[in-house]
Amino acid sequence: MTYSTKAAPSLRDAILRSGLRDDMTISFHHHLREGDRVLNAVLGECSAAGLKNLTVNASAIMGCHRPILDFVRDGTVGSIECNFMHAQVGQAISRGILEREVIFRSHGGRPAAMDRGESHIDVAFIAASAADTAGNCNGKEGKAAFGSIGYAMPDAAHARHVIVVTDQLFEYPLIDASISEESVDTVVVIDSIGDPERIMSGTTRVTRDPIGLLIAEQAAKAISASGLLRDGFTFQTGAGGTSLAVAQYLGELMRAKGITGRFASGGITGLLVQLLREGLFEVLLDVQCFDREAVQSIAEDGRHGEISATRYASPAAKSAVVDQLDVVILGATEIDTDFNVNVHTDSNGVIMGGSGGHSDTAAGAKLSIIVAPLMRARLPLIVDRVGTISTPGEDIDLLVTQYGLACHPGRAELARKLKGAGLPVVPIQDLKAKAESITGVPVRSVHKGRPVARVISRDGALLDTIAMIDN
Amino acid sequence: MRRSYLFLPGNQPTMLQNGAVLPADVLIFDLEDSVAPTEKDAARELVASALRSVDYGERVLAVRINDLEKPYVKKDLETVVTAGAHSVMVPKVTGARTIQHVAVMLDLIEEEYDIEKGRTKIIALIETALGIEHAFDAATSSQRVEALALGGEDLCADLGCPRTKEGTEILYSRSRLLIAARAAGIEAVDTPFTDARDEDGCYADTVFARSLGFDGKLSISPHHLRPIHRAFMPSQETVAFALEVIEAMEMAKRERRGAVSLRGKMIDLPVVRQAAKTLELARASGMTLPEKEGTPS
Repeated sequence: MTYSTKAAPSLRDAILRSGLRDDMTISFHHHLREGDRVLNAVLGECSAAGLKNLTVNASAIMGCHRPILDFVRDGTVGSIECNFMHAQVGQAISRGILEREVIFRSHGGRPAAMDRGESHIDVAFIAASAADTAGNCNGKEGKAAFGSIGYAMPDAAHARHVIVVTDQLFEYPLIDASISEESVDTVVVIDSIGDPERIMSGTTRVTRDPIGLLIAEQAAKAISASGLLRDGFTFQTGAGGTSLAVAQYLGELMRAKGITGRFASGGITGLLVQLLREGLFEVLLDVQCFDREAVQSIAEDGRHGEISATRYASPAAKSAVVDQLDVVILGATEIDTDFNVNVHTDSNGVIMGGSGGHSDTAAGAKLSIIVAPLMRARLPLIVDRVGTISTPGEDIDLLVTQYGLACHPGRAELARKLKGAGLPVVPIQDLKAKAESITGVPVRSVHKGRPVARVISRDGALLDTIAMIDN
Repeated sequence: MRRSYLFLPGNQPTMLQNGAVLPADVLIFDLEDSVAPTEKDAARELVASALRSVDYGERVLAVRINDLEKPYVKKDLETVVTAGAHSVMVPKVTGARTIQHVAVMLDLIEEEYDIEKGRTKIIALIETALGIEHAFDAATSSQRVEALALGGEDLCADLGCPRTKEGTEILYSRSRLLIAARAAGIEAVDTPFTDARDEDGCYADTVFARSLGFDGKLSISPHHLRPIHRAFMPSQETVAFALEVIEAMEMAKRERRGAVSLRGKMIDLPVVRQAAKTLELARASGMTLPEKEGTPS
C-alpha cells in the first residue's frame, strides 16, 4: 500500500472503508473542546449509513456534543464511555435516555483500559488541524490549531482502524507528527474540524472573586509551608479560576524566593506559559491546551512539550508524569468527611462533569490540594458522604477553604508544618459545622433509580455508580 | 491594628458573610451610598443580623449610617448600636455640630438599652470643604471620635475639581485632615482608591498616604486589601531600629534610668511610640520578630 491510497474522498467513504459495523466502538478526542465539529459530523454519517448500537468512546463529551442525544434516540449510539460529560448531555443521561450505563474513566484510566485490553477501539476518528496524505498529523499547525493532541495518541496506538480527519492538508511529510503515519489507515479532508476560538471554554482566567483569591492565597502559603516549594518543584493545576489564582500566587512566591520549578503539567493555560517564559518553570508537559496562548506556545517553544494521555497519567504505563508531581491543585463539587471528592454529579445527583485527570493526579502527586469555597450559594461543600466518589479520600491530602484548611487525618506531619506556618488548620468536621451554621443542613435527594453510569477507578475497579434521577 | 477599612454594601448578604474571612482590619457595613432608599430598612436589619450572628473574629465592626439630612439616622443608630457595632461612621461631617448631634443620640440609646456609656465610637467622614475647615473641631467635639477619615470623591465634587489618580488636588486636604487628627490625638484614615482593578495604583497611593502619616486607608474593594497591607508593611531596617529602641528603653527601665539613649543619642517618647507602632505593624504584616521584644508599658 502506498500512502496516497489512504486518502478518502469523504467522511462517509472513510467510514465505509473502515469496515465499521453495528455494535462496534468508535473513539474521539476533545481537544477542540466546545468548538469540536468532528464527533457530531461522524455520528451524522454513521446514522445516515444506518449503523446501529455503536459505542462512543470519547475522552470527553462536551456541551457542543448535545446532538449525540439525537443519535441515542435513533439507535445509532448504544453506549457512551468518557472521562468527562458536560451537564447538557449529563442531564439526559441522568434521566435514563441511554439504556446501557455510561462508563466513566479518568484521563489516565482510559489509555490504561486500552493497554489492559479492557477497552477495545474499532475505529478511531482523530481530528487534526494539520495532516499530510499519509496521516502524519498534529494539532499545532493549520487554521484550526488546538495544540496538544495528547488524548488521541492512545487511540492511534490501539484502534483497529485509524481515520485522521483534517481541514488542512499539508505536503508530505509533515515533519512534526504528533501521531505518525505508521498507525494511520485513512485520511479524510472535511470543510472544518471545528472552531479553535471555542477551545477556551469555561473559566480559564484567574478569578476576580475575592473569596476565590483568598482561598488561592492560602493554598499557595500551604504549598510553601509544606516544604515542597524548592528548586526542581513540579506542579499541576486545573483551569478553574481559583486553581489558576494559586499558580499566580505561587509564581509570586517563587519569584520572591528565587525558586525555579522543573515542570508544570496537564492542561496548559496562558498563565503557565507566562511562568515558563519568565523562567519560573523550565518545562511544560502539555496533554491539552486550554487557550490560544498555550496553542501558540506549544507550536513555537521547544520547552513546551506535548505528551500523550498514557505518558501523562496511565497507571498501566511503565512510568507516568503524574507520579513525578510534587503538588496538584484540584477542585471539588463536594467533599466528604473522609475526603472523598465528587466532580461527577451536582447536589441533585445529576451528571455534570467527570474525573478528567482529577483522580490520576491526586493519586500521583505528593501533595493533592482541593481548593473550594465552603459554600456555593446556600449549599455546603462538605457532606457526610459525597453523591459520587470520583477520587478516593485516601488520595487527597489537604482541603483549602476561605474558613480554614483541613488535612487528611493521615497527614499529621503536613498538619504540623502548616500550623507551624500559622495557617488555620482545623478538623474537616469543624469546617462542615461552620458551613452548616451558616446555610443549615440541606436535605439531600437520594435517587433509587437504576444505575445510569459507572465510575471506574484508574486501575479498572468499580469506584461508584450513579443512579437515574427520579424526576 | 487598623490599616484597612473595607466598605461592604449593607444590602448584600453574601458580602456581609464574606467579611468574616476577608483580611480587613475594619469592616464598614454601609447603609448609606451603596443602598437605595427603597432598601434602607432591609439593609439595616440585614446588617444588624450580621452583627449579631456572624463571627467576624478580631475585626473591628463599624457601620456607615445615613447622613443627618435623611430621616433614617435615628433608626440606623438604634439598630446597629443595639446589635453591637463597635463604631459608627458618620458621613458628611461638617464640624462639631454634626458629631455632637450623633453623640447625643448615642448617649440616649446607650442609656435606654443599658449599654456601657461611650462604648460606641465615631469615625468622622470628612468629604466637604467645610468639613476640612472644621476637621479639628469635629475631632475634638466628643470623646467618642476615634478617627477622621477622608472621602476624596465627594470632596472633589465640592471643590469643583476633577479627581485624579495622582491625587494632587487633594494633597492639601489630606495634610490638613492628618494634622487635625494628630492634634486631636486620634487616627487619620485616607480616602479610598477608586479603581478596583488597579492594585498597583492602590499600593502606590497607600504608600504615599502612609508617607504623609496616615494610619489606615478606606477601601471600596476587597482587591485593595493586599496592596494596602503591603504598603503598611515596615521595612526590615525600620523593624531592626524599632527593636533596638524598645530594647534600649527596657534596659533603661531595668536600670531605673529616667533618660533613654541609643548609641549615645537620647530617645524621646514619640520615637518610642513610633517604634512600638512599627512592631505592631510588623506583626500584623506577618513578619517574624524575635520573641524577647516587648512593647512600652
